[in-house]
Amino acid sequence: MTKKFRVELIKDRCKGCELCTSVCSRHLLKMDTHLNHKGYASVTIENMDACIGCINCALICPDGAIEIFQLEEGDKE
Amino acid sequence: MKPVFTYSEGMERVETSYCPGCTHGIAHRLIVETLIENGELGNAIGVCPIGCSVQAHKFMHVDMCEAAHGRAPAVASGIRRVHPDKPVFTYQGDGDLASIGMGEIIHAASRGERFTTFFINNGIYGMTGGQMAPTTLIGQRSTTSQDGRTVEANGMPIRVAELIAAVDGAAYVERVALDSPAHIRQAKRAVQKAFAVQKMGVGFTMIEFISSCPTNWGLSPVEALGWIKEKMIPYYPLGVKKDITAQNVQEEEA
Ligand SMILES: Cc1ncc(C[n+]2csc(CCOP(=O)(O)OP(=O)(O)O)c2C)c(N)n1
Ligand code: SF4
Ligand code: SF4
Ligand code: SF4
Repeated sequence: MTKKFRVELIKDRCKGCELCTSVCSRHLLKMDTHLNHKGYASVTIENMDACIGCINCALICPDGAIEIFQLEEGDKE
Repeated sequence: MKPVFTYSEGMERVETSYCPGCTHGIAHRLIVETLIENGELGNAIGVCPIGCSVQAHKFMHVDMCEAAHGRAPAVASGIRRVHPDKPVFTYQGDGDLASIGMGEIIHAASRGERFTTFFINNGIYGMTGGQMAPTTLIGQRSTTSQDGRTVEANGMPIRVAELIAAVDGAAYVERVALDSPAHIRQAKRAVQKAFAVQKMGVGFTMIEFISSCPTNWGLSPVEALGWIKEKMIPYYPLGVKKDITAQNVQEEEA
């Protein structure tokens, strides 16, 4: 079974800097048109199943707005 | 679900005051992550600078005190001497450390004070609105070098890591950058190494981070990372500038 990951984007923490979108190895992260409570366009993910869990996005996020989890057997997809 | 990367418990759950894409937040996280790994988050004492990170004590879940502009190394020297068993660090910008505080940092290094300095080199005064710093590059515009810094008027930018490495009391000095995931991974190893050498009690330790200031560079956060790669790193080469623990190993082998 290929590993699957879940990317949690904590939209309220996001400042819309786009650093994560620029380093995603699979180009999965895009800016949302929806603004968060601070007025920043927050980040969103397309095609979560394609995430390889490289954590590039989380490493570069200066605001702790990204968490990554690996799905285990029995987890709901 | 197995956590692969989660919000660091070493960071307070508050909003930082940093601009979008400012890499100060990454440096904070690397420091607290390392302290957690070492089981020393509650044991460490930090000293904040004057500059954008003046409120770092609100963001890192570490006991910290504030120092007057540039004086953090003097304050940290006292703290570490009184608490020889605690990890002590300063967190300082380039205006703080390399302008007004250049005397303090050189003398602390020269005395071989056993604390670690985390030096944020973003080539500008961030907090006060983008004035030239000693680290501003030749040709770089700032509010006090509007047509770009010149050698004639301002001299060459100071390479602080190399300068401190040349001081006898310095035990470990490395320059890292926060512009890419690979460099951030290396920066984490540098922070770990600095705290490890501090614990050995063999001298002063410093990590220089090449960091971004998109706001005062007039660039988008992503463009600012490109500026680090294309302009700053060629002038400020990354790597270990001094490691007396490695020299000891070599001498033992010889
Ligand atoms: C004694 C004193 N002189 C000058 C200032 C004004 N001042 C505040 S922050 C700063 C420089 C900050 O630049 P830097 O250390 O590079 O940190 P950054 O804001 O870029 O993170 C200066 C000159 C001050 N607060 N106190
Ligand atoms: S973990 Fe890697 S692949 Fe997944 S979203 Fe983040 S950067 Fe992209
Ligand atoms: S790096 Fe962090 S703050 Fe910046 S856009 Fe991505 S999630 Fe938001
Ligand atoms: S002014 Fe520059 S250094 Fe200060 S928070 Fe903003 S981007 Fe960061």
